[in-house]
Amino acid sequence: MGAQLRVYRQKIRSAQTTKKITRAMELIAASRIQKAQARVQSSTPYARAVTRAVSAVAAYSNADHPLTTEPEQVRRAAVVVFASDRGLAGAFNSNVLRESEELTKLLREQGKEVVYFLVGRRAVGYFNFRRRPFLESWIGDTDNPSFETAQEVARTIVDAFTTPYEDGGVDEIHIVYNRFVSMLTQTPEVVRLLPLEIVEGVEDPGAQQVFPLYEFEPDTATVLDALLPVYIESRIFNAMLMSAASKHAATQKAMKSASDNADTLIRDYTRLANNARQAEITQQISEIVGGADALGTAK
Amino acid sequence: MPLQVSVVSADREVWSGEATMVVARTSIGQIGILAGHEPVLATLAEGEVHVTTSENGRVSARAEHGFLSVQNDVVTIVAGAAELV
Repeated sequence: MGAQLRVYRQKIRSAQTTKKITRAMELIAASRIQKAQARVQSSTPYARAVTRAVSAVAAYSNADHPLTTEPEQVRRAAVVVFASDRGLAGAFNSNVLRESEELTKLLREQGKEVVYFLVGRRAVGYFNFRRRPFLESWIGDTDNPSFETAQEVARTIVDAFTTPYEDGGVDEIHIVYNRFVSMLTQTPEVVRLLPLEIVEGVEDPGAQQVFPLYEFEPDTATVLDALLPVYIESRIFNAMLMSAASKHAATQKAMKSASDNADTLIRDYTRLANNARQAEITQQISEIVGGADALGTAK
Repeated sequence: MPLQVSVVSADREVWSGEATMVVARTSIGQIGILAGHEPVLATLAEGEVHVTTSENGRVSARAEHGFLSVQNDVVTIVAGAAELV
């Protein structure tokens, strides 16, 4: 067998095995999207209940709460980046990291110092490789995020927010995550989480349904105190679930195109291999014919 | 008119249905809710929430560090880790 032919056959085999792997990953991702989406769905009653309650308290109290007060001067801002633990998800991680870099640039231009909280191994790897510091990181709970992790993240950032600047606290918190729009579209999104603007998600009570005059137990301030951290938790949890669903969708898309590319490669190399095989046969025939000819004339 | 009750935890709706009475322990004491109760938003203390369903059954849920809201006969019990007992 000719050297050329052997090289082509090797390449075909390698593309075939790669295709098997990418096809399997595609199927796994496809089945996980369903689950991730279902989790986003099933967490909405909670998010809705919490948002409603926060809106209700906010509508009836003008109590100043540390989490809703704009600091006079923002000197340090924190960015929470939601990436994934694993790659092979197309532009998923690079999108969210690029978005956070842009946000960083913007914040620096405004004269703010920027610190980071990272979720997901890819984000941690990105920062370690560039030898850039970050305050805290959470690894290993991005594919199927648990509420406990969300609570932990929320607690950490609320702590950082309530610590005064002089002791290393931050004055502003932004989150960057991939929002799941559809199976085909996931857009990176930047949201300023703290100080809280309870604008987004506030339900419009409508004309006939006004927010009722709630009785607060024990009192407005205490209820707000208890509610706001819960609200933050639910926002963080929502971001994590969205990010997980987006990750699986991105993986599925990336692996689908990888399998398709492998198909194209296999087809192209098969043609080249056939070509080489024919060329080899042709050469052998002409060698035989030429040889016979030479023998005939030599007589 | 019966109460519409739902018990919600962070990742799912634990229980929902119609009820005649809800008894919960808030941070300042026990509260009992019947149909027509005024709107309330309360923080829950340790302890269980008891729901008497329309079919006279009983449902108990643990909803620590959660809260309870009542409005137009709709009762929502929300906690990060609510579960039935």
